[in-house]
Amino acid sequence: MTESTEDFKNHTRRTLFIFASVLCGTFLMVGASFAPLRNPHMNLVLVLVAACCNAFIVAGFLMHLFSERKMIYTMLGFTAFFTVMLFALTWIAEHDVPQVLVR
Amino acid sequence: MEIPYTVEARPDTGVYNAKLGVWLFLASEVMLFGGLFSAYVLLRVGTPPELWPHGWLNVKLGTLNTVLLASSAITTLLAWAALKVKKFNHYRIYHGLTLLLAVAFLVIKSTEYNDKFHHYEIVQTDGKIADGHLVEKSADFDLVKKTGEVTLHHVRVVEKTEELADLRHAKPPGEGEVKIAAANIKKMQNYGPYHNNYLGIYFTLTILHALHILGGAIVIAFLWGPGSKMWKTEPERFTNRVEVSGLFWHFVDLVWIFLFPVLYLT
Repeated sequence: MTESTEDFKNHTRRTLFIFASVLCGTFLMVGASFAPLRNPHMNLVLVLVAACCNAFIVAGFLMHLFSERKMIYTMLGFTAFFTVMLFALTWIAEHDVPQVLVR
Repeated sequence: MEIPYTVEARPDTGVYNAKLGVWLFLASEVMLFGGLFSAYVLLRVGTPPELWPHGWLNVKLGTLNTVLLASSAITTLLAWAALKVKKFNHYRIYHGLTLLLAVAFLVIKSTEYNDKFHHYEIVQTDGKIADGHLVEKSADFDLVKKTGEVTLHHVRVVEKTEELADLRHAKPPGEGEVKIAAANIKKMQNYGPYHNNYLGIYFTLTILHALHILGGAIVIAFLWGPGSKMWKTEPERFTNRVEVSGLFWHFVDLVWIFLFPVLYLT
């Protein structure tokens, strides 16, 4: 509770800049989905890249993950590991089907 | 009994207890949504590309909801920052705005759901499929007894259901109303979660997300209203409460950042 009014003004300015970045990211995402590209998979990739950029801004600045404690990073590291494993398990299950019909 | 470490950081973790608690909760939430996103990926890759629906949702409304949530994330952060400099009135304004934005998000989402429940796919006895929004059912309408009729507007008539899968570049539907007699209807179903896998996962993910919005809004409303009494007695503890509720709110925004492109844009 020691921050000054000047800090608050700076914080507000920075927050509004972040808001503008997120809005730009959102409109880029929508634009990328409608862009007439030769390969439709490129639209998908561009949209997901824009979404990841927006997520990075929200998590990093708004959730203060750029300046968190080691304990939080450790916990999120485990979360990331288990989430990746979760996706990997379902992916493996998808491919775990017999290639030849067994009677 | 005094609850320890509500304000000061615990020496071994480096953070106050509520913050560690909310991050642990968010970790479990990542796993919950991760499982459902994983289900989405499996459903999508397991469906032939030409059958996966595209352009079924209103991108303008989805974009508006994204902007509303992003704005509410900003007002939440400003509310917390206002408390840090002891500007309680500013806090009330910013958190009040957050609440209004959350309600606006839920109203728009309900409008979208309502639209889906009034959107029908009608398979006719001649094999053609009429797809449009239900205006009314006649009083004597009965699909079993084959009496009465339904009136649709914004109707598309197609030969095969596959023609309705990708509507991104399709012609806009007709403006006029179309009446279909029950005697000519073989099957009719609205675009509820039972319609197909896409709508099943769409409703599951977005309803779960909307419930999170509702839960977060209730907490914010409490901190804005009766819970704000704590500001007078324990301002730092109250500020920390606002911070952890804000972390949850940002997480909900983060989930929407992925839901929007995955369901509306790709």
